[in-house]
Amino acid sequence: MDLSAINPILFVAGFLVAATPLIFAATGELVVEKSGVLNLGVEGMMIIGAICGFAGAVETGSPLLGFAAAALGGALLSLLFAFLTQVTLANQVASGLALTLFGLGLSSLLGQPYVGVTPPRLPDVDLGLLADIPVVGPILFTHDIILYLGLVLVAAVWAVLKFTRAGLILRAVGESHDAAHALGYPVKRIRTLAIVFGGACAGIGGAYISLIRVPQWTEGMTAGIGWIALALVVFASWKPWRLLLGAYLFGGIDQLQLNLQGAGVAIPVEYLDMSPYVTTIVVLVILSRDKSAAPASLGRIFHASS
Amino acid sequence: MKRRTLLAGAALALILATGAYAQDKTKVGFVFVGPVGDGGWTYEHNQGRLAVEEEFGDAVETVFVENVAEGPDSERVMTQMALDGADLIFTTSFGYMDPTINVAKKFPDVKFEHATGYKRADNVSTYSARFYEGRAIQGHIAGSMTESNIIGYIGSYPIPEVIRGINSAYIHAKKVNPDVQFKIVWAYTWFDPAKEADAARTLIDQGADVVLQHTDSTAPQAAAQEAGNVITFGQASDMAQYAPKPRVSSIIDDWAPYYIARTKAVMDGTWESTDTWDGIGAGMVAIGEITDAVPAEVKEEALALKDSIASGDYHPFTGPINKQDGSVWLAEGETADDGTLAGMNFYVEGIEGDIPQ
Repeated sequence: MDLSAINPILFVAGFLVAATPLIFAATGELVVEKSGVLNLGVEGMMIIGAICGFAGAVETGSPLLGFAAAALGGALLSLLFAFLTQVTLANQVASGLALTLFGLGLSSLLGQPYVGVTPPRLPDVDLGLLADIPVVGPILFTHDIILYLGLVLVAAVWAVLKFTRAGLILRAVGESHDAAHALGYPVKRIRTLAIVFGGACAGIGGAYISLIRVPQWTEGMTAGIGWIALALVVFASWKPWRLLLGAYLFGGIDQLQLNLQGAGVAIPVEYLDMSPYVTTIVVLVILSRDKSAAPASLGRIFHASS
Repeated sequence: MKRRTLLAGAALALILATGAYAQDKTKVGFVFVGPVGDGGWTYEHNQGRLAVEEEFGDAVETVFVENVAEGPDSERVMTQMALDGADLIFTTSFGYMDPTINVAKKFPDVKFEHATGYKRADNVSTYSARFYEGRAIQGHIAGSMTESNIIGYIGSYPIPEVIRGINSAYIHAKKVNPDVQFKIVWAYTWFDPAKEADAARTLIDQGADVVLQHTDSTAPQAAAQEAGNVITFGQASDMAQYAPKPRVSSIIDDWAPYYIARTKAVMDGTWESTDTWDGIGAGMVAIGEITDAVPAEVKEEALALKDSIASGDYHPFTGPINKQDGSVWLAEGETADDGTLAGMNFYVEGIEGDIPQ
């Protein structure tokens, strides 16, 4: 065993990067679920974001335009879900699963010309003096702009939900769509906007994998991260800051697992591999005392006549 | 009524015609576990299929089904192929082993070839490649080129195939560089680019300047490219898009000669059930171009090693080699037998860490 082989600075910086796709996808889904809609298509929207972002960045040469394309791709795909669930009143669970399968298939089709291509690199933000602070500098101030944007997103979603009228209306729609409808709020329009926002966020999360974390395009490369994002929303009991914490926990344990293996720690890998799930269960048990959890109308179909 | 009879007659004639036509052609089927565009395992098997088509031209007809899940689904696909008149069917994943045997029982006149399995029958052959021969050459280059003396290895699953590769690479890295140390990380997946990239980055962060992999994506290459001064090797496929650096060479599965030979055997009527385990000598394992990032003398040594393995003069597992616990495995000059290699479940002396059980 040689724990000195683990460089704590690189380790923390590594899990900040690993957590970012989760933060985007899960925050988007949190807003969707707060509006009372359960969209299980996160994985599909992420993979579409991954290929749209990759293609956008390669074609334009600008990673930032790539992220814009990813947000657009994710949002467009989520519009399909919005159409199915808000207009045709289809079952949300089935539509979400279909969205994932559709996204995976469509992304491999779109990705054919991009296998083996190297994307343009998004430079790290130059924070000048801040990056020179020992220890803290390299951990916190030497990342790309999208990673910081993720933190801003969490803060913004929290502030909007808690302090603004728009947030209040969104929550009202999620808690009781009948009451919100009676008050004259356009339930379907609000939910559609939330779904599109969630799709755009998931798209950016996917592009973070294909443009920064890996960075390349391979079929099926999100490999289940969308599902973890869905679990993370429940884990965080629909609270943005807890979600951030959870994302670091999930990202961190995975990184720790690899780091410990590299350092030759003789803990059987299976224990390390299952540790995120064990932690999830423990945290869920603790959190279950908190009854404020899920929005009351989550997953229920709204129709004005009912 | 008359018109219908006529149509039926025409249809019958058509069936007879195509039937007779099909008899002239040897029909070869392929069952693939991934998409042919995966750039790795299935891609190379499909290259073998294309080589068969090129070799025999109009005399053969090949069909393939991609993305076939291991299990009952594959049995259905194989049955359909056999019913459609395939004379020879290649099933190219370990998980197709039992389905292949089951379907072969139902179609005694159809020949089956199963890759990487160990169950055979009168009409079922097995075949696999000695990838560890290629790993010896990678190990030689890795040991010669590392400056930090730390070599990272991304393992997929702790199965004999992967452990054999680690041992082979380690033995040959150690030969040229006694100070070399292996850091092994198990990813528990054959294919998960995000995880593979993380694993590569972790190894690089911990000082590795060479990353070897036994997983299928090119994510470790991308991570190494980003890190800068790190070299990698292509796995299963050439991965030449990352040449000349970080990818400095590769092991390539070359199934084409085998597929051509077996198809020929079916055409000649000489096909027999066999168990094939070929390496560099038979051309089943190819070494991808060693790039100019490798110093000239190292490249020369690596090519010499390749030639001596190919000619059979040298076996990558030649004694004296001890097991990790210090007990003697191979005495001076002794070479490993295929049985031990096939079931290898121990590290050789010098590798730190335990094999996950």
